[in-house]
Amino acid sequence: MKRASSRALGWLGQGALGVVALVWLFPYLWMGLTSLKPLAELISSPTALWPEQPTFAAYREVFRSLPLLRYFVNTSVMALGIAALQILLALPAGYALAKLRFRGQRWAFGLIVATLLVPAQVRFVPVFSLLAGVGLVNTLSGLILPFGVSALGTFLVRQALLSVPDAQIEAARIDGASELYIVYRLLAPLLKPTLISFFLFSFVSHWNDYFWPLVLTTDEHARTLPLAIALLREQGTGVRWHVVMAGNVILSLPALAVFAAAQRHLLRAVTVRGFGG
Amino acid sequence: MKPSRASDPYWMLLPTLLLLLVFFVFPLALLVKHSFFSWDLLTPARFVGVENYRSLLRSGELWQTFRTTLSMSSAVVFGSMMAGLGLALLLDRPGRWAAFVRSAVFSAYVVSWVSVGLLFLWLLDADSGVLAGVFRFFAHGRAPRWLSDPALAPWAVAAVTIWKITGYALVLFLAGLQDVPQSILEAAELDGASPAQRLASITWPLLRPTTLFVATTSLISSFQLFDVVRVMTQGGPVRSTTVFVYAIYEQLFLDLRVGRASAEAVAFFGILLLLTGAQFWLFRSREGA
Repeated sequence: MKRASSRALGWLGQGALGVVALVWLFPYLWMGLTSLKPLAELISSPTALWPEQPTFAAYREVFRSLPLLRYFVNTSVMALGIAALQILLALPAGYALAKLRFRGQRWAFGLIVATLLVPAQVRFVPVFSLLAGVGLVNTLSGLILPFGVSALGTFLVRQALLSVPDAQIEAARIDGASELYIVYRLLAPLLKPTLISFFLFSFVSHWNDYFWPLVLTTDEHARTLPLAIALLREQGTGVRWHVVMAGNVILSLPALAVFAAAQRHLLRAVTVRGFGG
Repeated sequence: MKPSRASDPYWMLLPTLLLLLVFFVFPLALLVKHSFFSWDLLTPARFVGVENYRSLLRSGELWQTFRTTLSMSSAVVFGSMMAGLGLALLLDRPGRWAAFVRSAVFSAYVVSWVSVGLLFLWLLDADSGVLAGVFRFFAHGRAPRWLSDPALAPWAVAAVTIWKITGYALVLFLAGLQDVPQSILEAAELDGASPAQRLASITWPLLRPTTLFVATTSLISSFQLFDVVRVMTQGGPVRSTTVFVYAIYEQLFLDLRVGRASAEAVAFFGILLLLTGAQFWLFRSREGA
């Protein structure tokens, strides 16, 4: 009796898992299927599951109507630039905060932690007028510089360095290593797991970012992919959902690919960070 | 450790502190200053004192925005936590199938807000969307206009947000479940406690720190919701989804009212600080107890 009921519970659990999988995977499936439909089918039977005559016409239209390569390069340069700059600057700063004693240390650390409280959504009004004043609107520099320092990254590097024994650094000094050598060649490799997690998380969130490029770009010169794909719909007249979904596939595939390849690192980052800006 | 040269720590911190001063500290000061001016970015700014704040309060705009943000955020936090906890209990089992479903739920958290917004705009389309089709099939009627009915739109956007961020709560609850000692659960089972009793009196109380953490971080983050609103509803219909960041964005870029946008951003920042303070206070008092 007891065994039968627990087996039923097990089947119920499996069934529930199936429903959950459906709720989270069906939207992707629907995106892919819609992108393969010709316009005529989309109009005649929009909710039919499978396209009767699958076609890549929608993808061709996206490529024809948008300079996708440029947006792709813009987005990659921006996201890579931000993530690389953040790590490059976080290493020496985190080292100074974790390992060196100096006047003003508490003050510097306090300032860095305090800026964690100021999200981009609060500072965008003045930063926009600031960058407009020096002609950095519509440039990649304007997209990268405001995020060049990550308080969180600096904090994580500092925490990780606290557990590195001083003796290791002192030994390198005795061997005549410069401080720069110690930071980038000796300590950076030791922090590899932290740095990889942080890099991937920073890269993906800036690759996906919509807010800042929306605020800071007005033409296609520095426009990024999420912005361009969102515009695809705003320009769209009537039912051109197959084109919008084709664009959406192009936008979400890189993020999903990074996710598939590096899920473990992203999970690690999330448990220390949380979501959002 | 003593630095090799006294100047070392200073130049190592210099780039970081410089960028923080230019892009965080100085902008905050500028924000407060702008909030006392009337400025359209084109003609010279004019000092107006607290007029921006007064008009935001008097017109009821600030209160309205706060209410919209708070109700959508509360729905998002409550929904994503319940879903995350339920899924964590369901998915806390070995096997590739469970691992696959965990990844599926978490993947939504990694995809961009734009992708998710566009996707659900299409799924929820009142005429040719899949959900409208399902509705017609079962209810033989017109589907509700989720996104163009001001009474429904905030909840539709909140539901989409829940879909996207449940993976976050799920991951943290799964980590929390690892810390629930198996031996206590087994002892309770031997004593005849039902699964529901074990959940209510062992697992749930032990998950309290995780719950508190997920709740406060999700609340602070969902107060900053913008992308999904911009993509799906543009704050409408009739301002029913005009959350804080969208209202500020609108003031700045559509109305070119820098002063009012700044005043609203200052108020918004104050609210975020209060929420963060509450979070610290909750955790401190809990540790003290």
